[in-house]
Amino acid sequence: MKNILTIIKKEFARFFGDKRLVLTTLILPGLLIFTIYTFMGSAIFNGTQVDENYVTTIYTINAPASFQEKIQPLLTESQFQAEYKAIDASDKEGINRIKQEIQNQNIDLCIEFSPDFDQKVAEYDVSLGITAPYIRMYYNSVKSESFAAYSLLNTMFTNYEGTLTNKFDINMQPDIQFDLATNEDLTATILGMLLPFLILMFLFSGCMAVAPESIAGEKERGTIATLLVTPMKRSELAMGKLMSLSVIAVLCAISSFIGTIISLPNLMKGMGELEITASYQFIDYIWLLLIIISTVLILIGLISVISAYAKSVKEATTLVTPLMIVVMVIGLFAMLSKSTEVSSNYLIYLIPIYNSIKVMGNIFSFQMAVVPVLITIVSNVVYASAFVFFLTKMFNSEKVMFSK
Amino acid sequence: MDIVLEAKHLKKTFRLSKKQQKIEKTNQAEKIAVNDLSFDLKKGEIFGLLGPNGAGKTTTLRMISTLIKSDSGDVLVEGYSAKEHPEEVRDRIGFLTSELKLEDFFTPNYLFDFFSRLHGVDEETASNRKKALFEKFGIDQFAEVKVANLSTGMKQKVSLVISIVHDPSIIVFDEPTNGLDVLTAKVVTDFLQELKQAGKTILVSTHIFSLVEKICDRVGIIINGKMIVCDELAHITQGRALEDVFFDIYQNEVGDAE
Repeated sequence: MKNILTIIKKEFARFFGDKRLVLTTLILPGLLIFTIYTFMGSAIFNGTQVDENYVTTIYTINAPASFQEKIQPLLTESQFQAEYKAIDASDKEGINRIKQEIQNQNIDLCIEFSPDFDQKVAEYDVSLGITAPYIRMYYNSVKSESFAAYSLLNTMFTNYEGTLTNKFDINMQPDIQFDLATNEDLTATILGMLLPFLILMFLFSGCMAVAPESIAGEKERGTIATLLVTPMKRSELAMGKLMSLSVIAVLCAISSFIGTIISLPNLMKGMGELEITASYQFIDYIWLLLIIISTVLILIGLISVISAYAKSVKEATTLVTPLMIVVMVIGLFAMLSKSTEVSSNYLIYLIPIYNSIKVMGNIFSFQMAVVPVLITIVSNVVYASAFVFFLTKMFNSEKVMFSK
Repeated sequence: MDIVLEAKHLKKTFRLSKKQQKIEKTNQAEKIAVNDLSFDLKKGEIFGLLGPNGAGKTTTLRMISTLIKSDSGDVLVEGYSAKEHPEEVRDRIGFLTSELKLEDFFTPNYLFDFFSRLHGVDEETASNRKKALFEKFGIDQFAEVKVANLSTGMKQKVSLVISIVHDPSIIVFDEPTNGLDVLTAKVVTDFLQELKQAGKTILVSTHIFSLVEKICDRVGIIINGKMIVCDELAHITQGRALEDVFFDIYQNEVGDAE
């Protein structure tokens, strides 16, 4: 036990004593994720958003009375500010100039109505078999104000057309809430699917950052042999390594996780309305932490065994790549499979990685059940002990440790 | 005199890959590195394993230090079997070879404490020992310099000091002066003799005749994994130079083939 502590202390001294290592594996990932997500979020957000005080310039040709009486008040009501200018249909040169200006992004929109629009609309009947009256809107999709105005007016005209031949309404009463999902539900679904997978990826990259270096690296440099001639038991070395590496890997993952959580609202802002109002209980966090630790033990165990087999850090990294793909596939599968409900088949909670993703999803979506979580944690710890056993065997094997 | 270490009928074979078989011009899939090797160490002596490269010296020392296991035969260190109680054996010997490296990132000071703890040395003893050994080898000025920034000779000295943090009664030293300049080599050989004065038992492997002549009480000559001669130095040489005696023995064993 004392030797395990000595090994753990040494691993910590190695890691935390190296400022560059701490910077690149603990601080940078979180910071980078935060910066990138925030930037992505605001880029998407700004790309679709129009300044509230912007006054849209709209030219109209043959504007009917209904446009002024029915459409314009609705536009004003929806905070849409516009300056309307009429141009005569016979002024071909003027119309061409306006189109040119729309192309140059100086004018936002030009709407051309059929001559005598209101009258023709009133007389029109599909059964007559003649061409329907038209509205032509010229816009520039590159300029967001122009595109926003086009989209808004398009909706307005479609709605107006609907009211002319109204047979029934769908979800038209504004005072009734039709989407009965609560904010919490929505948050839970998104978090329940996305976060477990993200966490798994962070944990994996955290493990990758430390395990090959600490095991294959020591083997490659010949420093592990120096440890092997001390009276310490091989199993103590294996456990000391696994425990210390797990702690560091969890810290790496926490860094990435904090980066994600802080930047998530910024990212979501760009993707539409989503309020992170979900609140989890303290006990949820405890369970989450236990699941994360047990998952890291498995990942570190797997990567350590591979690293002990490899002759160099480079070979270890190469050998771990297929494992990463397998872990990602299992993670994706768990994320996408009929997501956040608790399965009644407890056997699936014996599948490593898959079980962690599942139960983390349950916790995030407020559907935690204790039994699956316990099965997950216990089975993960059992698997991790198996890896300690393997690693001890490998440290004992001269073929593994001294093959060149 | 008491026997503190017994190597009994040690045998070790290694698998040869196809490529190695080609290089060694053989069809045999196995190479016998050490073949039925027996010898023992008496308390307080310096024993030299002498042999050309590839004779099996390093393999023998590795089996004694429990880094590898013999195929058959065993090593007894103060009564403890290397196969059954490797931890006890490792506790009693200090093993030094150029293959055992120290982590570049740490300082001699940290490493000394770290290995003292792994050997179960209490802090006070470790601290006193560190002071004495660091002073003796001039490491004290470099105690807080990372191993990476030390010179080759200084690294070697630190390795030597680290290998005896637990004050072992038996010291196993693979090619002790290899790659050292004459000054450092002298420091090391002097230290070996000092250890002997202090009642330690020392096993060195080497192919340097002068080293054997200078420090060893008894010599075992290994050729192709077999112990050909094992006797007191004076008995072997009978007044001749060890080098001449060795070549006669080698010729007898292997012939003029190589």
